[in-house]
Amino acid sequence: MIHSLFLINASGDIFLEKHWKSVVSRSVCDYFFEAQERASEAENVPPVIPTPHHYLLSVYRHKIFFVAVIQSEVPPLFVIEFLHRVVDTFQDYFGVCSELMIKDNVVVVYEVLEEMLDNGFPLATESNILKELIKPPTILRTVVNTITGSTNVGDQLPTGQLSVVPWRRTGVKYTNNEAYFDVIEEIDAIIDKSGSTITAEIQGVIDACVKLTGMPDLTLSFMNPRLLDDVSFHPCVRFKRWESERILSFIPPDGNFRLLSYHVSAQNLVAIPVYVKHNISFRDSSSLGRFEITVGPKQTMGKTVEGVMVTSQMPKGVLNMTLTPSQGTHIFDPVTKLLSWDVGKINPQKLPSLKGSVSLQAGASKPDENPTINLQFKIQQLAISGLKVNRLDMYGEKYKPFKGIKYMTKAGKFQVRT
Amino acid sequence: MLSLPPVQKLLQQLPGGPAGRPKTSVGGDAAEEVTSPVLATEAGQPACYSALHDDLKEMLDSNKDSLKLEAMKRIVAMIARGKNASDLFPAVVKNVACKNIEVKKLVYVYLVRYAEEQQDLALLSISTFQRGLKDPNQLIRASALRVLSSIRVPIIVPIMMLAIKEAASDMSPYVRKTAAHAIPKLYSLDSDQKDQLIEVIEKLLADKTTLVAGSVVMAFEEVCPERIDLIHKNYRKLCNLLIDVEEWGQVVIINMLTRYARTQFLSPNQNESLLEESAEKAFYGSEEEDAKDAKTEAASLAKRKPYVMDPDHRLLLRNTKPLLQSRNAAVVMAVAQLYFHLAPKAEVGVIAKALVRLLRSHRSVQYVVLQNVATMSIKRRGMFEPYLKSFYIRSTDPTQIKILKLEVLTNLANETNISTILREFQTYIRSMDKDFVAATIQAIGRCATNIGKVRDTCLNGLVQLLSNRDELVVAESVVVIKKLLQMQPAQHSEIIKHMAKLTDNIQVPMARASILWLIGEYCEHVPKIAPDVLRKMAKSFTNEEDIVKLQVINLAAKLYPDQLQSKLLTQYVLNLAKYDQNYDIRDRARFIRQLIVPTEKSGALNKYAKKLFLAQKPAPILDWAPCPTLLNAKAVGYQELPDWPDEAPDPSVRNVEVRGAPQGAGVHGGAKESGSSSSSGSSSSSSEGGGGGGRGGGSPSEEEEEEEGAKKAKKKKAPQGKKGRAETSSEEASGSESSSSGSDSGSEAEAKRKKAVRARLGWAAARGPPPDLPFTSQPPISLPPCSPPAAGLGSPRQSLGPLQLLSPAFGTVRTYELLHRMAGEGLSVEYCFSRRPFPGDPHMVAVQIQISNNTDAEVKSLRVSEPKPLSGMRIQEFPEIERLAPGDMASVVMGIDFCDSTQAANFQLCTHTRHFYVSIQPPVGELMAPVFMSENEFKKEQGKLTGMSEITEKLTLSEKCRSDHTIVQQVTSAANVGRVPCGADNEYRFAAKTVTSGSLVLITLERREGAMAQLTVNSEKMVIGTMLVKDIVQALAQ
Repeated sequence: MIHSLFLINASGDIFLEKHWKSVVSRSVCDYFFEAQERASEAENVPPVIPTPHHYLLSVYRHKIFFVAVIQSEVPPLFVIEFLHRVVDTFQDYFGVCSELMIKDNVVVVYEVLEEMLDNGFPLATESNILKELIKPPTILRTVVNTITGSTNVGDQLPTGQLSVVPWRRTGVKYTNNEAYFDVIEEIDAIIDKSGSTITAEIQGVIDACVKLTGMPDLTLSFMNPRLLDDVSFHPCVRFKRWESERILSFIPPDGNFRLLSYHVSAQNLVAIPVYVKHNISFRDSSSLGRFEITVGPKQTMGKTVEGVMVTSQMPKGVLNMTLTPSQGTHIFDPVTKLLSWDVGKINPQKLPSLKGSVSLQAGASKPDENPTINLQFKIQQLAISGLKVNRLDMYGEKYKPFKGIKYMTKAGKFQVRT
Repeated sequence: MLSLPPVQKLLQQLPGGPAGRPKTSVGGDAAEEVTSPVLATEAGQPACYSALHDDLKEMLDSNKDSLKLEAMKRIVAMIARGKNASDLFPAVVKNVACKNIEVKKLVYVYLVRYAEEQQDLALLSISTFQRGLKDPNQLIRASALRVLSSIRVPIIVPIMMLAIKEAASDMSPYVRKTAAHAIPKLYSLDSDQKDQLIEVIEKLLADKTTLVAGSVVMAFEEVCPERIDLIHKNYRKLCNLLIDVEEWGQVVIINMLTRYARTQFLSPNQNESLLEESAEKAFYGSEEEDAKDAKTEAASLAKRKPYVMDPDHRLLLRNTKPLLQSRNAAVVMAVAQLYFHLAPKAEVGVIAKALVRLLRSHRSVQYVVLQNVATMSIKRRGMFEPYLKSFYIRSTDPTQIKILKLEVLTNLANETNISTILREFQTYIRSMDKDFVAATIQAIGRCATNIGKVRDTCLNGLVQLLSNRDELVVAESVVVIKKLLQMQPAQHSEIIKHMAKLTDNIQVPMARASILWLIGEYCEHVPKIAPDVLRKMAKSFTNEEDIVKLQVINLAAKLYPDQLQSKLLTQYVLNLAKYDQNYDIRDRARFIRQLIVPTEKSGALNKYAKKLFLAQKPAPILDWAPCPTLLNAKAVGYQELPDWPDEAPDPSVRNVEVRGAPQGAGVHGGAKESGSSSSSGSSSSSSEGGGGGGRGGGSPSEEEEEEEGAKKAKKKKAPQGKKGRAETSSEEASGSESSSSGSDSGSEAEAKRKKAVRARLGWAAARGPPPDLPFTSQPPISLPPCSPPAAGLGSPRQSLGPLQLLSPAFGTVRTYELLHRMAGEGLSVEYCFSRRPFPGDPHMVAVQIQISNNTDAEVKSLRVSEPKPLSGMRIQEFPEIERLAPGDMASVVMGIDFCDSTQAANFQLCTHTRHFYVSIQPPVGELMAPVFMSENEFKKEQGKLTGMSEITEKLTLSEKCRSDHTIVQQVTSAANVGRVPCGADNEYRFAAKTVTSGSLVLITLERREGAMAQLTVNSEKMVIGTMLVKDIVQALAQ
């Protein structure tokens, strides 16, 4: 299936190549570079590029292109999803997935890639198993390895692959047994000029960090599971149990993982926690325009909105902006025409605003497009959909684990049209 | 590494330098990939490498592992950067047998990369892998096979073939998985092996473990996707296993099953297909015709017989549905495609939600999903309509995503939602992304053509855009308006006039051409303006683009017949065109001139010129944007989805012998079990385990062993089946089947084998439980006592040292009486040895106790009390049974550590009223647990246990016990032992460990001529050995 993988950095250098079948010359990447040139931005490079003998499938993450070379028909998502999994694995291994990190750990990277695919077909992609096969580098281990000459390769062969719970390694031991769950919800919304909601939906995930000894069997139940309109699970979750009782029952993988992602349907009314008042006008005759935005809290259930950040792409005709914020800092980049305003916390008594004038290109007519305002914010201890975890129980092990649940609401793709 | 002199340290950093990177600059059309890796990598090879490599060679030759490791790491880093390290091959290959596991791994990496280039030297390493293939550790066997099959050296094809065949029947499912992976590798190396490989695939397809399923289907797809007949027998099993297969395997299996279902089942929508057509007609706006059509359709519908879905078809749909909830986008997409192609129209809707969810994912995933949604939404508009708003475009989306979303929105537009969509489009037109704006205008045009109601609104909107400042926007609008106007030209002369004015300003050729065409076409509506436009165009003719020039000529030709003043202009234009550089234009000019300008010779046609040029032209249908697939082309190896068959092929080909029930029950234990299905613990729990073991409950190796046994049993049954076929009642049925579908098999031998398989099939079907056991992926909430708790999966097995305990072999399960119903005053108790490891304590034998209450009163607080074990013996009581209703039965498990002796364990069984003294005496065969070892290991261990520890006994096999199968069956039912692979035909080997002390018990049975045989038992526990010999001899000679 997957013949080869090339890692290409932003400046167009191929800094890693790996082949699982016969070697494919790296000149095949020239087709990729061509396509990259045609697409103005990295985001716009088509994910599938046909060449005379191969197909190049690529994903772009962390400023690196991961380009897979395939030769025959294959479901495109199969390859793309796998590439994303590779990136996630690197991130899991090294903390960050950057060119430097990959170059520094090239041998580990190579060994991991070797285990992930056999003859181009995925073999071991569960991070728990991979970590048993090849230990991730830590500072301590690096030091120890240099002194003792020992290695990153696990000296015991992993048995996880052979067990019925292939996502969990065996023989896990912790002195402090803890299980943390983060319920994170993101609001995707488009708000129109007048402030009414065009579309809004909530996408949520439950990320878990489980450090429990042995083979715990957990169940997690919700106060209001009916809210979840569409869910997707980590493979460890028993689907039938969810179907019949709306309870999440699972033997967790060891460490960090995404237990569940869900969607709260657009049919439900979504509470929009903030509003934006804006007044942006360009006058035809003069080369000056007016600009004014105010951000305020709307339906926040009594919680504070923090981490507010406003960005807006200004039309090309805008030369500069002279603005004064009532709080926070703002930057306007005259080259990319990107205005960003870091607001911080919203104080309901004193609403933050950004006011000033816009200077336009002299002589040119006024831009006929209005900028959209993108909003980011965070609300701690609130799941905006109202989802609540009822209880978490553990079976199969005798000790008492420490349990914790955290809620958070964030802005996803939150846009205000002007 | 620390001891390196500084110079070497310096050198070490060299290969990373930019100078070393081979630069392969390929330009333009010569950009063919060099297929020879040698050429490619040696191109940029600096000369100084050899010196550097000397130092690496030295390190590799040293006898310090740390130096070797350092060298290998540097070599791998070179490979990763795409540098050539092939000259180090001899030095590296020497280390293939290195003890250090990381060095070994890196050597493997190197070997797989370069073996193809250095075939002769690569052969040196083969023997290491061959040795590895025989290793007792399954992971080592697997990795040896993996590397061996990855070495692309044609000479070793026979060795690979042999290794694959052997591994395909390995005990360990992991090794079998690796074998499945190796199949496509060998096939790509030598496609002549296809027939043999198909045999292996056939064998592995029958495998019941989830680990193997995905890999073997992948091999099937690469080697022999056309052999759909191989799937029949495994179809139901694959459907049932699907949810527990790893995600990548799921994708492959789902895609294969989609194809399979298309060939085997009838279209679920055949009745609706007519309705659908009519719906589509309505969509294209021919409302009147519908009424007529509907009547005829109703008539034809009535004629059709009602459609009933094949239960197997339903099974597939039912079992794939939960996978829509997978976290893996590829799986979700595969299921979505399956539903789209296979499900009845009413059910397809479920995929929409999942697909919309995927839109939240990474950009590349989004892109592919949107492509698919766009394609699907053409056919099944209604499905995505509720999610319309999810396709609204954000200014931050990348252009390609925006355009795809636009496409979907247009596809979804209908009379009810068009106003919302158009309002949305209005905001898009003001976007800063001009490509996107152009696409939006196109989309508006498409909506206007499709939905007659909004045509005028759209047209007005587009006309307003004509005064837009951006030329691209105006041009795009003109093109779209042109197409729209063609539908009702008469009412729109104002618009045409407006557009005529635009010719002064618009420079985009396509737009100019469109305007000219419009004016020419409708010159009757604008009689004053048209000639004036031609005048202007004639002036600028030479500076126009080709497509504009062609339209100028057209305009001229259309104006010629009517108007005097334009005659001269036309002549002028035609003269200019005559000398144009483009031959199309010269041709067109010549053609037009001959047609319209009367001369002496010709002129017959010029009377009709007007009719020719201004004939009524059908209005265009704005075409659906062409993106049915990502590439719009077939990739290599793409298999077209077959169309539904008209007649359903025989569904009975998928009937399979059921092996979920223990084999023992089928062979002899049937009668014994007849009373209560749950009386023998193994029968009920093992079928449960086979079904529900998947996600975390039951133990995996158990299922596997069962199936292992089944496989063997099957093999051995074959000859029997042939002899004793008379007994099969369903034989005729299977016979007819084989004649119907057996024709596709090539060789005669194969056909024969198939027949044999079918015969067996009928045989089992006559007795076995119904074929589709309910399969749930969900283990019971609180783990039942009879299955080992999850914690027991890893640790106890590891603690037993290098040898791995296998889960028990299932022979007949004998039940013994603990308390007779007379003695127990209506309470009867039976027990059996379930041969499962006792949860919590590996040193205990699990005893399954079956209590039935035959009294007519409730029995309360049933428990064990006052166990009086002999020294060392331990009893783990079962949890108290609070109440047992009259006529009810309860089954519990208790653990007893018998200290490797056959002394009875005595205890009291108490109820709320009575105490019963009971005792359990284990047969010696139950004091052990099977153990897996290889033949070599067996021999080695046997060598250690000679002399006093060896007991030999001659025996005569009874009539019944002459086939391999029954012998194995008898031995495994007499004692809880595991079979050891054996090279010789007439020998059987078994191994086990005693439960308490873990001492080995090795059994060898050698067949002599006739019915004679010799039994040897080696064990340091002499008592156990002697007793075991007695038991086995009795079992075999009875």
